[in-house]
Amino acid sequence: MTSAIVAEGISKTFGDVEALKSLELDIPEGSFFVLLGPSGAGKTTTLRVLAGLEKPDTGRVLLNGIDATKATPAERDLAMVFQSYALYPKQTAAQNITSPLRARKLPKSEVDAQLKRVSELLHIEELLNRYPAQMSGGQMQRIALGRALVRDPRAFLMDEPLTNLDLKLRVEMRTELTRIHRSLGRTFLYVTNDQVEAMSMADKVAVLREGTVQQVGAPTEIYDGPANRWVATFMGSPRMNMLDCTANGRLEGEGWSLPNPGFGVSGDHRAVFGVRSEDLSLEVRDEATALEGTVYAVEPLGDRTLVDVEVGGQRIVIKAPPTATYKVGEPVRAAVDMERVHLFDAESEQAITRR
Amino acid sequence: MATHIQPEGLADKGIAGETVAPPPRKERKLGSGIEIVLLAIFMVVMLFPVVWMLETALKDTRDIYAVPAKVISFTPTLDHFKNVFSSDSPVFQGFINSVIVAGFSTLIATVLGVPAAWAYSRFALKAKKDQLFFILSTRFMPPVVVVIPVFLMFRDLNLLDTLPGLILVYSAFNLPFTIWMMKGFIDEVPAEYEEAAMLDGFSRFEAFWRVTMPLLIPGIAATAVFALIFSWNEFVFSIFLITDPDTRTAPSAIAGLIGGTTIDWGLVAASAMTFAVPVLVFAFLVRKHLVAGVTLGAVRR
Ligand SMILES: Nc1ncnc2c1ncn2[C@@H]1O[C@H](COP(=O)(O)OP(=O)(O)O)[C@@H](O)[C@H]1O
Ligand SMILES: [Mg+2]
Repeated sequence: MTSAIVAEGISKTFGDVEALKSLELDIPEGSFFVLLGPSGAGKTTTLRVLAGLEKPDTGRVLLNGIDATKATPAERDLAMVFQSYALYPKQTAAQNITSPLRARKLPKSEVDAQLKRVSELLHIEELLNRYPAQMSGGQMQRIALGRALVRDPRAFLMDEPLTNLDLKLRVEMRTELTRIHRSLGRTFLYVTNDQVEAMSMADKVAVLREGTVQQVGAPTEIYDGPANRWVATFMGSPRMNMLDCTANGRLEGEGWSLPNPGFGVSGDHRAVFGVRSEDLSLEVRDEATALEGTVYAVEPLGDRTLVDVEVGGQRIVIKAPPTATYKVGEPVRAAVDMERVHLFDAESEQAITRR
Repeated sequence: MATHIQPEGLADKGIAGETVAPPPRKERKLGSGIEIVLLAIFMVVMLFPVVWMLETALKDTRDIYAVPAKVISFTPTLDHFKNVFSSDSPVFQGFINSVIVAGFSTLIATVLGVPAAWAYSRFALKAKKDQLFFILSTRFMPPVVVVIPVFLMFRDLNLLDTLPGLILVYSAFNLPFTIWMMKGFIDEVPAEYEEAAMLDGFSRFEAFWRVTMPLLIPGIAATAVFALIFSWNEFVFSIFLITDPDTRTAPSAIAGLIGGTTIDWGLVAASAMTFAVPVLVFAFLVRKHLVAGVTLGAVRR
């Protein structure tokens, strides 16, 4: 598959803040590529560099294989949805949306047709005559999306375009954007700090932390095989349980011990054992692979119940069926699905692979 | 994290303050008695010279010299004002020159200052802070300090006694001020508007012109009024650089009325009143923009 956008060793500093540290990205043509990272990771800076709004200190930007590092934003032919919307205050929603078409001097009939298409797509017909100051955050966000979707650019760059929508609309728009992506067949580079959005929308995810890419892959690849401890805790809710241990023939921690399912360690290796809350079960089947502890707290969430269990001074969370009834202080045994556990080096925090 | 779990309706409230109506203004209460008395005294003190001038302009020459002064018991006359605008008026040409000089110098300062301010606001420049301070520092200098060197230069350049010479000086004096004031306004307009427009396919200049410029109009109006008032009122350069009655501006023309053997105080007062009117009218017309402009940050985002 060819690459629509490639970032080669991009670095960018602001004063003494290193926003991007030789960032590498390869965004396949036509993919829905999600750039996922916490606030301050450098996601917006990455988009701005790719769009030509920010000059990188080092590195190159390739668009369809051509070096575009020096190209102007207009020449790059990318559409961007700003995190702050950046709607033109003195223009109505309709004027905002059609701005890219007017920049291209399209005939009025064409402009009107596109405006109609986009406003139906985003359900914003009744907002078209309003000015940005007369709209709510969610409404402005949809207008900002409309200004991008109204044309047919090389790629769409979207900076957290759904964060200000309410839950119902956000879920709707998620599906809608995925559908739009499929029907347009264009490259989407989508920035978010919400791993649920990343999981549900992405073909491919790049996890960004402090200006470097931690891991790139399909959402499930990253979820099931995080490259390091940080990615493991960042992806998934509730966070992956982490227990300090010494790994050798067995994984031994304070107050627990499990067989080593094949992690490649030699000697007594200081490590961190990771297991997701859904890979723990309070209905013990196999005596050999269980953690023992006492219930610390119970959080019923309706569709499931989260049980906090204290294991040798550290706490883990277990997803239990909604019918589960446990009392605080009650001793429990949690069976571990040894096929789905992770081990990280205590020093480097990198994942240790299985032999 | 879990930003996706949010009670319905909360997220749609918009970003801070944008959709929420401002709190209703509190009914202004009449101040206490002391406040009113103090303000009244202040007003009398401030307005007395103006009122005196106006009276002098409206009195006929005999009444002006009357002792004791006739404060209300005089018959008003417009003779002095007629003299100001008459064909042999010694000040009328000065008013025309003042309009030309103030108008052009303001225009030049604005046309040069707005793009400069935009560049200072938007681009990373070497030693930007030092440059800006240098620009500002030129305003620290009292005109009278530089008037001698300017006089010498103008003599060599044959700019003495010419309107273009004065326009040049006033533009130079207004430019730093324009840059500083406009930079404040432009800083208030997020650069992302222009960036969005550039991604839409506009050039940098088009982006500025279409998106930022409309937001700057109040700021430009406010800045231009200040520049205009400076040029209109300026006296030191005007009196040093121009002696020719045909090219001097109103302030020095009016000053020239004083000093002969007989002084026509009525004409002086009428000229001065006439001179004050345009500034007042102009400031009144743009007062909304002025208030919006002076309280930096009032540019709608
Ligand atoms: N124009 C700027 N000036 C100074 N620091 C900046 C600027 N833009 C971004 N940064 C810094 O760079 C880092 C990355 O920012 P950003 O790309 O906005 O992160 P994200 O979008 O992932 O939240 C942050 O530490 C931020 O403070
Ligand atoms: Mg951001």
